[in-house]
Amino acid sequence: MKKIIENIDGINIDRRTLLKGAALGLAGTALPLDKADASFWDAFFQKHFREMTEKDLKKVLERLEKEYEEKHKKAVKVGAEKALPDVLFGYGLDLSRCIGCRRCVYACVEENNQSLDPQVQWISVLRFKKGDKWMDLENSEKYYNPQQVPEPGYFYMPVQCQQCENPPCVKACPTRATWKEPDGIVVIDYNWCIGCRYCMAACPYGARRFNWGEPKRPPEKINPNTHYLGNRPRYRGVVEKCTFCIQRTRNGRYPACVEICPVGARKFGNLLDPESEIRYAIEHKRVFRLKEDLNTNPKFYYFFAYGK
Amino acid sequence: MVYYVKNFFMALQEITKGNWKYFAWLAFLSLLVIAGIAAYFGQVERGLIITGMRDQVSWGFYIANFTFLVGVAAAAVLLVVPAYIYHFKPIKEIVLFGELLAITAITMCIMFIMLDMGQPLRVWHILPVIGGMNFPSSLLAWDVIVLNSYLALNTLVASYVVCKFFTGKEYNLSIITPLVIISIPMAISIHTVTAFLYNGLAARPFWNASILAPRFLASAFCSGPAIMLILFQIIRKVTDMEIEDKAIFKISELIAYAMGINLFLLGAEVFKELYSGTAHTEPIKYLYFGIHGKSRLVPWIWTATIGNIIAFFLFLFPKTRENFKTLNIGCILIITGVYIEKGMGLVIPGFIPDTLGEIYEYWPTTHELVITLGVWAAGAMLYTLLLKFAIPIHTGSLRAVPRDKLISMKQAP
Amino acid sequence: MDKRKTLKVLITAFCLIVLSLFFSSVSDSAEYVIPKKFTTPPPPFTPGIFPCSQCHQGMPADKKPRKLEQMHQEITLRHMPDGWCFDCHNADNRDKLRLANGKLISFGESYYLCGQCHGTVLRDWKAGLHGKRTGQWNGEKEYRLCVHCHWPHEPAFKPLTPMPPPVKPSDIK
Repeated sequence: MKKIIENIDGINIDRRTLLKGAALGLAGTALPLDKADASFWDAFFQKHFREMTEKDLKKVLERLEKEYEEKHKKAVKVGAEKALPDVLFGYGLDLSRCIGCRRCVYACVEENNQSLDPQVQWISVLRFKKGDKWMDLENSEKYYNPQQVPEPGYFYMPVQCQQCENPPCVKACPTRATWKEPDGIVVIDYNWCIGCRYCMAACPYGARRFNWGEPKRPPEKINPNTHYLGNRPRYRGVVEKCTFCIQRTRNGRYPACVEICPVGARKFGNLLDPESEIRYAIEHKRVFRLKEDLNTNPKFYYFFAYGK
Repeated sequence: MVYYVKNFFMALQEITKGNWKYFAWLAFLSLLVIAGIAAYFGQVERGLIITGMRDQVSWGFYIANFTFLVGVAAAAVLLVVPAYIYHFKPIKEIVLFGELLAITAITMCIMFIMLDMGQPLRVWHILPVIGGMNFPSSLLAWDVIVLNSYLALNTLVASYVVCKFFTGKEYNLSIITPLVIISIPMAISIHTVTAFLYNGLAARPFWNASILAPRFLASAFCSGPAIMLILFQIIRKVTDMEIEDKAIFKISELIAYAMGINLFLLGAEVFKELYSGTAHTEPIKYLYFGIHGKSRLVPWIWTATIGNIIAFFLFLFPKTRENFKTLNIGCILIITGVYIEKGMGLVIPGFIPDTLGEIYEYWPTTHELVITLGVWAAGAMLYTLLLKFAIPIHTGSLRAVPRDKLISMKQAP
Repeated sequence: MDKRKTLKVLITAFCLIVLSLFFSSVSDSAEYVIPKKFTTPPPPFTPGIFPCSQCHQGMPADKKPRKLEQMHQEITLRHMPDGWCFDCHNADNRDKLRLANGKLISFGESYYLCGQCHGTVLRDWKAGLHGKRTGQWNGEKEYRLCVHCHWPHEPAFKPLTPMPPPVKPSDIK
């Protein structure tokens, strides 16, 4: 099925260019002149990430780097590392260890260039009362703010993109702007997303975030090591979410949230590697996934390493 | 060809003629449209942050209005069926106005979708071939297809009929009947697909009910005709168009059936939700009773529900149905009732509580309200202008200038 | 008949002995030879405190459990009931730790010591499940010693001040 679609797309490139040319003529009259420079039109007619040739991609990455440098006054490297062969990423979170300190939330923001104002965070840490209804989301608390954590009588559960094997958001997207990569990461092309937010309605985990306003972040806080499908600076009006730190993990590193966690509750690795930490967790511990009844098949496993 | 183009522009001139009331009405609408455009510039400048929507409630007033209007557009079919297939003459005469209303409603739907988009300039990404339309997987792609086809189909039928009337000919049934027959499943499909858009999301238990599409259709068959009944009364008052009482009463009878079904389906849904009492009941509890002290939609939904019940009885009995005072009260109750129920009452509880249990009480901001009002004004203006030259053509007071006369006119100056 | 039975019993017993010897040697080696898939940073000593022999050299070892009054008074042992320094520290060579079986290990291998009681935790730690990991998920991983996170004399994890909660949606303007 996929191959057929790709072939059709391939055949249609010429017609596409033609139609785009016609659209350009029409749109040219309607848009403000000061924006009508080459870069604006390059951005406007930029192809879908998966339809770019190596040459196209190189040009786009260069243009983006130039744009970002102008806009953010800082050199930003935009990579596009491909998925590693025989890798399917999986994540483990030990609920018996998590103390709800939110270090992960802020390490994520530091790494992934989210907007600081308006605030965008990819991880939500929920607090539950012990001994109440198990996983009673309606009575969970996201805004808890005690002097110290963990608080007696409570447990904590961070939630972020669950990187479903059967992602409802991908199914919903009307433009194919979000898809699942071969290594299992669900990614978004921020230059293709039209901002309809249907994916946000479709996500059962509240993992997707929308840039309601212009994302703001001072240059000194911008992480210059980025990935096209990951933490490169975003635009207003597009959706974003956790990508398992694609810019780090595709280079062999752990996600930022794994490395910051002071209690070592966060585990990451290759699900296809029997020696990996995540496989050990799945095989040796009590594991569950959030909202399993929805059959989304997340690659984000919650587990209990010990019974407390 | 020249003949048709010339005549078209001559007919178009009709919209520049009218009494002071007509121009005052247009001026009033323009004012609202301009206010809407000004508010929209604010949104272009600062982004959707000027709305009340946030990550927790990521769709709001725009999509609520969109959903309601899809229903209005779909309801045009209710008039088409008896008019063309069974040759019920009184309705056949007014079916054109239903189709023009459908055209207007779909145009407004498209406007609301565009307003709601974070990146409206990228709208071409949703197109097939040049864009990346995710068909058949995404229901939004389906919606784009059916809404645009429905718009095209109605435009085709309406302009063909108008064109024939204009040149003083009777339309050809062998052309119109197949189109009308296609338009029936099309009308049902636009509202079904819009219902499926919500219905297919397992993440949102409030929408994930298979009764949703039937409910959508039932309520649309109340609100669409109710709007038309009001419009018909206005039309026959301010123009020389004659609309028989018989047509109006027939439509109001159909409304009674539709409202009966609508209330029954609502009851079925409310029973299933509240009696089973699972965790998935929270949204409907929020809507009707409020949860955790948050109850912003409660007075609205009760107004809608009670209004719909009263309207049902008003339309059920011939005595009140055929009395214009009670008929109009019923229409107003239905329009507001369905507008609340199929607008905010449908979209917002889907997000409250959100998928992680958080409750953020969405309410549209002034910006959103002004922009929305602007779209409604633009819709009203479009409908007014469409009627302005469709009515004289329909009544026969505006006719195409015959070919020979047109030539002589051309030579005269 | 009787002889055969005796023979059978003898053979079975012999087999069992051989097997148990085999397994005990396996478990022995498993306990002491951890495949070094990982590196650990040096133990988090208070600056200047190590090697312990700087001070303890030539000092007679008083092996009697008592309250320390001249040095190390700041240490209150809140680990195991009736615990005492020489349960873990080695009296004769202070630069080493001492396992229950008398074997001496360096401070950099203290996890063997902890694993004597917390065996399941040691197992999880070796597998990469207990404790924090940094480095490469598909390559060199950096482990931490138990004592990097758990002060051995009072190992319970200390509460932390949480980072600020997110801004409420109604406050995002």
